[in-house]
Amino acid sequence: MTAGHGQPNPGSSPGSSSPDARGRGARRRGSAGRGEKQLVPEAEFRSYYGRPVVKETVWGPDIPSYLFLGGLAGASSTLAAGAHLTRHPELARALKCGAAGAISLSMIALVHDLGRRTRFVNMLRVLKVTSPMSIGTWILSGYTPLALAAAAATVTRRLPRAGLAATIGAALLGPAVAAYTAVLLGDTAAPAWHEAHRELPFLFAGSAATAAGGLGMLAVRPGRAGQAIRFAVLGAAGEIAAKSLLLGRLGPAAEPYQTGRAGQLMDISEVLTAAGLAVAVLAGRTRIGAPLAGLTLMAASALTRFGVFEAGRASARDPKYTVVPQRERLQDR
Amino acid sequence: MTDASGTSSGKTKWLNETGTAVLPAAGLDPAAEAGYSDHPPRMGFFTDTSVCIGCKACEVACKEWNSVPEDGLLLTGMSYDNTADLSATTWRHVAFIEQPRSDGNGDGADGLRWLMASNVCKHCTRAGCLDVCPTGALMRTEFGTVVVQDDICNGCGYCVSACPFGVIGRSETDGGAHKCTLCYDRIGDGLMPACAKACPTESIQFGPLDELRERAHQRVAGLHAAGQSQARLYGADPADGIGGAGSIFLLLDEPEVYGLPPDPVVTTHDLPRMWRHAAAAAVGLVGAALAACAGGRK
Repeated sequence: MTAGHGQPNPGSSPGSSSPDARGRGARRRGSAGRGEKQLVPEAEFRSYYGRPVVKETVWGPDIPSYLFLGGLAGASSTLAAGAHLTRHPELARALKCGAAGAISLSMIALVHDLGRRTRFVNMLRVLKVTSPMSIGTWILSGYTPLALAAAAATVTRRLPRAGLAATIGAALLGPAVAAYTAVLLGDTAAPAWHEAHRELPFLFAGSAATAAGGLGMLAVRPGRAGQAIRFAVLGAAGEIAAKSLLLGRLGPAAEPYQTGRAGQLMDISEVLTAAGLAVAVLAGRTRIGAPLAGLTLMAASALTRFGVFEAGRASARDPKYTVVPQRERLQDR
Repeated sequence: MTDASGTSSGKTKWLNETGTAVLPAAGLDPAAEAGYSDHPPRMGFFTDTSVCIGCKACEVACKEWNSVPEDGLLLTGMSYDNTADLSATTWRHVAFIEQPRSDGNGDGADGLRWLMASNVCKHCTRAGCLDVCPTGALMRTEFGTVVVQDDICNGCGYCVSACPFGVIGRSETDGGAHKCTLCYDRIGDGLMPACAKACPTESIQFGPLDELRERAHQRVAGLHAAGQSQARLYGADPADGIGGAGSIFLLLDEPEVYGLPPDPVVTTHDLPRMWRHAAAAAVGLVGAALAACAGGRK
């Protein structure tokens, strides 16, 4: 067969696309299991030797790690303020310290992922509403000092009023930290990320609450984690709802979330979320149940982020996800 | 707020070469939108692939002039294409496509037709790379082109994911993002970009975008009259999803055959909706925290 008919040419890729990844991923679909979602007939599109049209992200594992840690920090700050104001100091302290730690690790991950790390401060040259990364930088610049101050005040037990102000400030900016990362991914040409831009903020906010609730269960004495359990339940419910909406609406662009490595990660995350929720609700106030549920839910949240990240990569690697929807759009016009 | 990074919108009069004020056609004057009050006409490329002979002089001239590191020394098995795609180290890329003749337009006795096309940055009117750049390293020039300022880029890689054409790449050697500059250093001195200068068949033409677009329409009409019914323009419509390209193409088959997206849309087109949804999700998160803390005893 010749070029231009969507046939991947064996051994033709010095670039990013490994033939193995293609074979395991979107290419193989059977009647079993998730393969039912076949909306695009095979080989109905044309491409240049099966090569990608858009570039796969150059971001490494730092970025999905940050998606998790940033979400954990932001949602923890919000729950911490609630716990603080309703006089649950043990939970509030744990969450504030967790948020400070998670956002510190986030900063390290973000700088580490840059191609030129010593120039990280160039992020502060401009403020651009068209760049979610620029907006995110400024959100983080406001949030991080507040989260650190809130934790410092609660640990040192000094300056309680300033600590309360920082706690409330971090609680208000925290949700922005947790949600903007969905826009960061949505505002790219990677089909699975861009097409999911409606649901992704809710998926990420829910996942963040799941993680923060999990942290609360893990960090406080059993019997004091009631607020954390309820927060995790609400978050997981939001996450599951957003994910099912996403998969239902996306059509062919949902496939990268259901196949290959991304599909595995999303599946494991779903199982862990359900298991963590069950343990939290049934045994969340016991000595073994609370930390077990907490760890499970945090792991589920992290896997969701890595799954979404991998789905975007896979969708950029396969020209099908770029060409077919655009071709259909042209035909409908 | 912004420097010359292209998101401010100063509406100014626009002068043509003779100094006459003319109103730009809608969406066609990105330099003015970026704040240049008095600027030269928008410059661009017209790549007429119907006369490309696949000599790769454009690839070589680009690397020579811009000191772009070597690559493409592997054999890919994709006809004569060993460069594979545009990247941080390939700013012109010649695609080679071998097709069985199906429509009488083939040019070989062996029943094949051989398409060649030199791909390049589109210098979009609505440029996703420029929109998402968080440092202002990507900027709009007075010629309406899009360039990376290498001394500012911190290698965040966001532009790489935002480009709907897969043009820009991040270098593994210096960590920065790189792409075609439309030879910003040459055209400012009245010279032609290196690739256009080196092209022996004038497949790559350089000039004011208005003139190029007119010439492209004439050329495609001529090819249609000559029976080459598959000839079509790519990137020449200011009403498309990127506001029209600064480098336009004449193709002899569908864009995806050349590795080009058939209907590219700048990714920031949906950004207002994304922010609305993110704001709603953030409010929901606060609501969830309030509900978790208000209900129950512990």
